[in-house]
Amino acid sequence: MGSKNVKVVILKDGQILSEGLAPSGFDQKTAAEKIFNEVLKKAGLSHGDIDYIVATGAGKDVAPNANSEISVMGADALGGTFLYPSARTVIDVGAEVARAVRCDEKGKMIDFVVNEKCAAGAGTFIEAMARTLEVKLEEIGPLSLKAEKTVSMSAQCTIFAESEVVSLIHEKISKADIARAIHDAIANRIASMARRLGIQRDVVLVGGVAKNVGFLTSLQKTLGVDLLVPEEPEFVGALGAALAPLKR
Amino acid sequence: MAETKYKTKLLDCWDEAKQLIMKYYEDYMRAHELGGIRWAGGTASFSAIPAGLGDDVHGLSGEPYGAIVAYNKEFAAECHEAIEAKGYSRDLCAYMRNYWGSVLLNKYVWGGEWPKPDFIWTTHLCCGHAKWYQLAGELEGGVPFFCIDISVGPYNELNERKLNYIVSQLMDGIEWLEKVTGRKYNDEKLIEAVYNECLTSSLWAEICTLNKTIPAPLDEKTMYTIQAISALERCRKEYVNFYQKLRDEVRDRVSNEIAAVGNEKFRVITDTQPPWAFLQLWRYLEKHGVVSVGSLYTFGLTGNFEVRDDGTWGPRATPQEKGIQIETREQALRILVEWGLSMPLGQHYYSPELKSDMLKRIVKEWKVDGVMLHYNRGCEGLSLGIAENKLALKKAGIPVMHFEGNMGDERGFDLERTKAEVDAFLEILGAK
Repeated sequence: MGSKNVKVVILKDGQILSEGLAPSGFDQKTAAEKIFNEVLKKAGLSHGDIDYIVATGAGKDVAPNANSEISVMGADALGGTFLYPSARTVIDVGAEVARAVRCDEKGKMIDFVVNEKCAAGAGTFIEAMARTLEVKLEEIGPLSLKAEKTVSMSAQCTIFAESEVVSLIHEKISKADIARAIHDAIANRIASMARRLGIQRDVVLVGGVAKNVGFLTSLQKTLGVDLLVPEEPEFVGALGAALAPLKR
Repeated sequence: MAETKYKTKLLDCWDEAKQLIMKYYEDYMRAHELGGIRWAGGTASFSAIPAGLGDDVHGLSGEPYGAIVAYNKEFAAECHEAIEAKGYSRDLCAYMRNYWGSVLLNKYVWGGEWPKPDFIWTTHLCCGHAKWYQLAGELEGGVPFFCIDISVGPYNELNERKLNYIVSQLMDGIEWLEKVTGRKYNDEKLIEAVYNECLTSSLWAEICTLNKTIPAPLDEKTMYTIQAISALERCRKEYVNFYQKLRDEVRDRVSNEIAAVGNEKFRVITDTQPPWAFLQLWRYLEKHGVVSVGSLYTFGLTGNFEVRDDGTWGPRATPQEKGIQIETREQALRILVEWGLSMPLGQHYYSPELKSDMLKRIVKEWKVDGVMLHYNRGCEGLSLGIAENKLALKKAGIPVMHFEGNMGDERGFDLERTKAEVDAFLEILGAK
């Protein structure tokens, strides 16, 4: 039950049967019910076939029919190690929150760190900057890989960064260079947060922002480690929640 | 419903505690009406000294007042707006802003107009305190103001020169009090007040020490209220009486295994003042069998400890217990200052290492499973070095989390986000 999207994963005997994603919108509960029903239908199942419904995320308290819950951090640890058994650090960058989690070989969370009330360390930052650059969100990552020079952004805050981007545009800095600066800025903040936790390999990157190739490149460079990225990183939290009853 | 492992009941002393607190604030408000005088100052202001002016001298301890304002979110918001409109920054001490706000609004948190003190008697406990009462006096239209500089370093480096530095200020202060109030100072009342202050502090430490027991007879949310009495004016005889009664009741709870939280499974400590407007977080922990058994703040703000023969912390022996007979004003002041400077909470203004050592000791002796540090943006003093404390606890292998917040400004705390992080921490502990 993310702040931007609801993700559903149905698991049986450790295999993913079906999954789905929908915008959370204003009425998160209704959005969740709708996507849950769609995912059930896709799997050819009905409500009665489900033994456990485990909710996680910012909106977990309104998750329909949930009979259990788990923290996002705990879910990330389970989901990350399920996909990559060698994972010991999971970095989750979502729309509004970024987290880093350390876990053991069984996927049990050992420690965590969260970015605090700051949009500049989450997907919202990239969205805001994409709007300012007048570039589609899905294009800003690939655009940043075309950068020819490094430009640093000094603004820490999303609001001021927007103003700084406008200044860079007026200085005739290319969009590609600015795009890279944006990704470097958020990567620095995420890396700084993750280092407070202590990085232990292997490191898995999850959450919607993990699909952004520009961010991935910047973060790998800043951390100095290769990151493992699942095919569908936005579903790892939901996957971890689905795995939770098996571990208890 | 959570399983109940232990029997539990409310404290018998609870109602009396609330009544004592209310009486303190009412007496301050009505002091003039009753023919007495009012003074204001910080909670570590050697309140035994104004007691030498008479039995009708009523103080207002600034930090507890700031905390009560914080608990009243609407009034706190008014105070913040008032002081920020005057140009004072939001990152200043939250208690101080709550206090200044009350002065500017001319409102007492309990209703009615702000009761202006006749004099201000306080210490430079921290950078905030160094300006708190100076400005308060100005905002109140000019109130006689005496401030004692106590920043002589940690107790383990106390020497005769440093002790004399503070004692000499207090000697000057007493002369100043006589001049400002027109009253003759009574050394016998001072001596009695010093005995009471030491005893209150030692009794509170004894009560906190009893919380080493499993199950804990007290939970921290309850302790915040019953500890508050000792933060008001430790030198009052009625407070000594209360703590003796409370100590006996807690001993009884220990003997009969009466728990604060019937389903106690895990024990934590917190750190720094809590976000006063959001104490429901402590009850949230208890729903999951996690009881906060206290903190360095709850124990050491007003409790005084010493290392016993077995190497563990226990209540510090009072001058009375040591057979010390206080004969003179100077002797009383020396004992008062030495006692005050040895309080645990005063140490970490100087060194995060000293605080880390105390935290680790508490974890061990109070059988604590994890530590929850409040990165309290409302108090520079108690937050000093807290990130280093976190690192030290992690290095010692102690499960620890932190949460961002503010003790006195409700805008600085996000309950839902904090609960999400607490949930993760409870999973690490195995409580969820």
